[in-house]
Amino acid sequence: MTAPVRRLLALAALAAVPVAVLGLFFVVPVSGMVARGFWPDGEFAPDQVWEVLTRDRTLRVLAFTLWSAAAGTVGSVGLGLPAAYVLHRTALPLRRGVRSALLVPFVLPTVVVGVAFRQLLGAGGPLGFLGLDGSATAIVLGLVFFNVAVVIRVVGGAWEQLDDRPGHAAATLGASPVQVFRTVTWPQLRPAVVSAATVVFLFCATAFGIVLTLGGSRYATVETEIYLLTVQVFDLPGAAALSVLQLVVVLALLLVAGRTRSTPVVRRPATPHRLRRSDVVPVAVTLLLLAAIAAPVLALLVGSLRVDGAWGLENYTALSTTGQRDALQVSVTAALLNSLRTAVDATWMALLTGLLVAVVVTRRSRSRAERRTRRLLDGLFMLPLGVSAVTLGFGFLITLDRPPFDLRDSPLLVPIAQALVALPLVVRTLVPVLAGIDDRQRQAAASLGAGALRTLATVDLPVLWRPVLAASGFAFAVSLGEFGATSFLAREDFPTMPLVIFRLLGHPGELNYGMALAASVVLAATTAVVVLAVERLRVTSVGAF
Amino acid sequence: MKRRPVPAAWTVVLLAATLSACSLTATEEEPSAATGGDAGGRVVLVTHESFSLPKKLVKEFEAESGIDLEVRAAGDAGTLTTKLAVTADNPTGDVAFGVDNTFASRALDEGVFATTDLEVPAGAGDYTVPGDDGARMVPVDTGNVCVNVDTTWFEERDLDPPATLEDLADPAYRDLFVTPSALSSSPGLAFLLATVAEYGDDWPSYWDRLLGNGTRVVDGWSDAYFTDFTGGGGDGDRPVVLSYDSSPAFTVPKGGGASTTAALLDTCFRQVEYAGVLEGADNPEGGAAVVEWLLSEDVQAALPDSMYVFPVREGVALPPDWEKYAEQPDDPFTLDPADIAAHRDDWLEQWRDLTTR
Repeated sequence: MTAPVRRLLALAALAAVPVAVLGLFFVVPVSGMVARGFWPDGEFAPDQVWEVLTRDRTLRVLAFTLWSAAAGTVGSVGLGLPAAYVLHRTALPLRRGVRSALLVPFVLPTVVVGVAFRQLLGAGGPLGFLGLDGSATAIVLGLVFFNVAVVIRVVGGAWEQLDDRPGHAAATLGASPVQVFRTVTWPQLRPAVVSAATVVFLFCATAFGIVLTLGGSRYATVETEIYLLTVQVFDLPGAAALSVLQLVVVLALLLVAGRTRSTPVVRRPATPHRLRRSDVVPVAVTLLLLAAIAAPVLALLVGSLRVDGAWGLENYTALSTTGQRDALQVSVTAALLNSLRTAVDATWMALLTGLLVAVVVTRRSRSRAERRTRRLLDGLFMLPLGVSAVTLGFGFLITLDRPPFDLRDSPLLVPIAQALVALPLVVRTLVPVLAGIDDRQRQAAASLGAGALRTLATVDLPVLWRPVLAASGFAFAVSLGEFGATSFLAREDFPTMPLVIFRLLGHPGELNYGMALAASVVLAATTAVVVLAVERLRVTSVGAF
Repeated sequence: MKRRPVPAAWTVVLLAATLSACSLTATEEEPSAATGGDAGGRVVLVTHESFSLPKKLVKEFEAESGIDLEVRAAGDAGTLTTKLAVTADNPTGDVAFGVDNTFASRALDEGVFATTDLEVPAGAGDYTVPGDDGARMVPVDTGNVCVNVDTTWFEERDLDPPATLEDLADPAYRDLFVTPSALSSSPGLAFLLATVAEYGDDWPSYWDRLLGNGTRVVDGWSDAYFTDFTGGGGDGDRPVVLSYDSSPAFTVPKGGGASTTAALLDTCFRQVEYAGVLEGADNPEGGAAVVEWLLSEDVQAALPDSMYVFPVREGVALPPDWEKYAEQPDDPFTLDPADIAAHRDDWLEQWRDLTTR
């Protein structure tokens, strides 16, 4: 076998598993649901679909979606960059704790955050005077609240590994800190920032609960509109039209992002430096961000400790029960265990697939076709973030319904769906790092007689170790907090925490409400602890072997 | 280093979590289908997330009938109906519960339910879908969506609470009302339908006045009731909220006495939930047995405490709190499900345009 053929076969073999997973659990369901819209009664009727696209309302909805997602992204990047710097490059006390705490919003159910936000911003709340309740600004704030952690993680992980010597050299030659950032740091950081911004944009553009809760259902996005058309109005052609529109926008975005992403850089992990006077501004931004994230969480904590107008722990002790008048099928503690189990499954699935994808897309291409293929794959795995959970959920039901893939009732669907949501985050955390490894190192290892596995272990793994841990914490958090797909697929006897919290909120009774708040606090605390634990596992000596 | 033992402890925590998770798929073995009894076998009940019945009742039913009941509950009534509609040719279960009168036509139009010759119990006949008359969709429970008021709030201010839909648009009650959105909440939609039933084609102008009078529209029922309503236990600022006729039974102070909230019985829209055997079910006999069971006295009597709805069966005793505080309207607003199906799109779009800025 000639070398090029072998390369292509190896590429295909590595890519086979992730592509098959994506095909079965994403491409097939989504196309099935969209096809329902294009063939409403078995007859191809694209005119109905076209009619929806030409409505004034569709244009308005699209414009608001793009605007709010763009604003949410700008806000997340603007606040996330300084925080990523402070938390990953300086020796800020307690920075590890802060880093994992920043992931908390990510897992809080949107229903609960909505309540907490509204208690702050509402007419009677401490920030009520701002008049933000139910405004578009509130939606954008909510989006930033949820997504700033993505920027901090993805960018921070890359920043941590940047060689700081060129920066020092520039500074010695008289460059101001701003100049150093602009000419040395930024070009190296850009791939990670673009990566993070892309993910955040997709998250914002497909946000559902937050738009409805904080916008008082006055604002419609493509995502809420698809839900409305599918579930309320049962206009499947309309929903299909919007799903296709969503896909087109996402593809365009990925195309643009893909062009600005890949610039390999030399990495050398730098030790965090002590805080300097020039760090005042980023530290201030970080503290402000922390306060802004802590406020709704504190509001939750306070609410969970109030019982009948006095302080008490009754809401917490009740977590081992099924709630007032048996609101739940299983106790909250059992649900927490369910969540943890599901999250572990979702995490290894996302990590395994994500690693394969990351390795495949970052290997140096020998030909143009090969490069194109790799780039295409890179974009492909971002798609699940950009497509409506409603379309995907109903798609599951109508396509995975016959042997050999009669999976509609499989308990594995939940972790699989969650892994699909986490996958882009994993890929985006790993790719910038892997792409940064100079391929000549691998060639050197190979020429010294190392096989493919040994090269992986000695060249890639030492660099990859930390990002993999970061990515696993991320995937874990995503899985713990996932609500949309889970609520659709979870089984009655195996609910996860967000589902239980949602159910408690929907049942009358003050204890049920208090329990919902207490359960949210427990979920948040669990996430923070688990993520912290995962990051503690960092083995620094791994680079030595 | 002082910190050393900490990572070890975390490792243990994590390992424990990991190990417990390894069993996830292992413990998820399907119970083998039970046999015995007439209908027997496994029956899958597809329903919405609010479905809940005492475990004891379910166990008794399984023991008596030999049926192994598997409940698949997910999403709200709209999601359930859509799910049933798109899977009509290959249903995900044998029997469904929870399609309500606002979605009934969609289920019937899409051929979701099979005809059964079940006997509808006395009293339930009033609630059947016109045209179907209980052949496919059998009514199981009913409840009313009504405007609720915080009576304490009004007493403290020596004000008479509003009583009718018209009152809500009265400047005397400015900035007091909060309702969930008709687009994302099923009681919210029911309230829109109540106004359509009352005002006919003029409902948009009523909503214009309502919104002009400072009505706040929020996302969901729990949001409205717990966050915005003064009587819901939160720090709300609105003493008038859209909720249910049964809600006052849940706001009775611990020491007893009168409920601190009341439902306005002239503002109610009636919701009915149906059950039926699915067309193409693997086990139609088992499905029919489940529908019959839902209509049995025991289950009907458990409905108020489990799902906050009233039984349709005549002569079923209500829980004491309900007997006392949950007053049902005599003559609630209703609309023909076919009418709702034909205009839902239109109404929601107009409502959207009215409330969306």
